[in-house]
Amino acid sequence: MNILARIGAYFLLMGKVFRLPDRQRTFWRQYSNELEKQGLQSLPIVVIISLFIGAILTIQAKINTENPLLPTYTTGLLTRETLLLEFSSTILCLILAGKVGSNIASEIGTMRITEQIDALEIMGVNSANYLILPKILAFVTMMPFLVIISIAIGLVGGWGVGAFTDVITVADYLTGIQYAFNPYFIWYGIIKALVFAFIITSMSSFYGYYAYGGALEVGKASTNAVVRSSIVILFADLLLTKLLL
Amino acid sequence: MIEINDIVKSFDGSTVLNHISASLEDGKVNMIIGQSGSGKTVLLKSIIGLHIPDEGDILYDGRSLTAMKEKDLRLLRREMGMLFQGSALFDSLSVIENVKFPMQVFSDKDEEEMEQRARYCLQRVNIPEHVFHLMPGEISGGQQKRVAIARAIVLEPKYLFCDEPNSGLDPRTSLVIDQLIKELTEELGTCTVVNSHDMNSIMEIGDNILFLKNGVKEWQGSRQDIFHSDNEALDDFVFASNLYKEVKRTHLLHQQ
Ligand SMILES: Nc1ncnc2c1ncn2[C@@H]1O[C@H](COP(=O)(O)OP(=O)(O)OP(=O)(O)O)[C@@H](O)[C@H]1O
Ligand SMILES: [Mg+2]
Repeated sequence: MNILARIGAYFLLMGKVFRLPDRQRTFWRQYSNELEKQGLQSLPIVVIISLFIGAILTIQAKINTENPLLPTYTTGLLTRETLLLEFSSTILCLILAGKVGSNIASEIGTMRITEQIDALEIMGVNSANYLILPKILAFVTMMPFLVIISIAIGLVGGWGVGAFTDVITVADYLTGIQYAFNPYFIWYGIIKALVFAFIITSMSSFYGYYAYGGALEVGKASTNAVVRSSIVILFADLLLTKLLL
Repeated sequence: MIEINDIVKSFDGSTVLNHISASLEDGKVNMIIGQSGSGKTVLLKSIIGLHIPDEGDILYDGRSLTAMKEKDLRLLRREMGMLFQGSALFDSLSVIENVKFPMQVFSDKDEEEMEQRARYCLQRVNIPEHVFHLMPGEISGGQQKRVAIARAIVLEPKYLFCDEPNSGLDPRTSLVIDQLIKELTEELGTCTVVNSHDMNSIMEIGDNILFLKNGVKEWQGSRQDIFHSDNEALDDFVFASNLYKEVKRTHLLHQQ
């Protein structure tokens, strides 16, 4: 498929996905399963990465602001702004594209090549709606929480640097992360992350849904899903930053 | 009765089905035979509307599949059961839930009735009780096939489709499954369509046989006709092994 045909097929698929589910009860059951699978199971990696990056950002910010003319709170301020503006939305989503995206693409791709999707269709089920909608909605629901948690844990990581090393004092750090706080940046991060969550889940569902062949092709589909959704995320990041900031 | 009218289907420019017409009869096992890659699965999936043919039409007792609206197609699907080449049981549901699934989609039976019907169908295909609540990954290939048959017949379909029901099974189990398909066909009067390249099944249950070669219908007839056909490609395919050549020779000798 060339790129235009693929984009067309993507939107056609989304047209099939966004319909009212036939059976509400099944939908809610699947939705809550997905909340757990895409959301809660992503929590450990979000916590670990945010903690480390928060600490690392603080150390690097300190090195880059080693200038007597700059106030001592600059380090904390920089750490906070980087977390709010870029790390806890874009970078976090790039990492989750690897985890959640490959998981979705391989799950749906396996169902495709083992004819489970055909089996759903012949039973009169709208397979795209049945399989994909709960995944997209669940991940989009979880995303704001993941962003907030990531910001909070990142800030804790920076605090750790103050508390356990002599790079920066805790007092300077705490002043810094509270200085000239603009709550809009949190919204900016959340709005971006919502868009990225949609990109990750819908694109990886698309690559899985149209897998054809064997296990090897499912592997390729999941690689494609991760790589291409990452690229689209970066474009969307550029666009949204221009629009929102 | 299903009528296939001049079907053409291609993928990315290569033609897989080339102007195929046939009629498939009720209460009989209609077989589509041919080598691996000859287009059997694509034909079967075109018949049931999973692939949209580029040209031609399929008529289900006079109802045209290509002209059908989504809602009518859904109603028609209620009358179909399908056994897929790899069973295609849902990984995330247990054996008995798999069998209940079509009822949950289509019928207004209550939970109790569904349970009863699912149990009956599973017993019908000789699946023992203790397997009912296992997951598909935990049972053998032959059991998966039988569960998939139970799922296909649970709504008493008018049209039953089986894609290579005995690929990957031992001869004994194959025979059991063939017999099961034959019995169900006669019992329910279904229009059954079976894909196969298994000689035993063809000779055992094939009432109306279509032979495909490279996407073209080469030959059509009954299992008795196979012995007398002078189609070389068919002869080559069916009587490929020396054993079967021998069978054919003695069969013809006996008839003289
Ligand atoms: N979705 C698809 N996209 C592209 N090509 C396809 C697709 N489905 C089938 N084909 C091609 O159509 C041809 C016929 O395939 P088909 O699966 O019908 O063979 P078959 O007769 O069922 O073989 P087997 O006995 O091995 O199952 C093959 O060359 C295959 O590559
Ligand atoms: Mg096949």
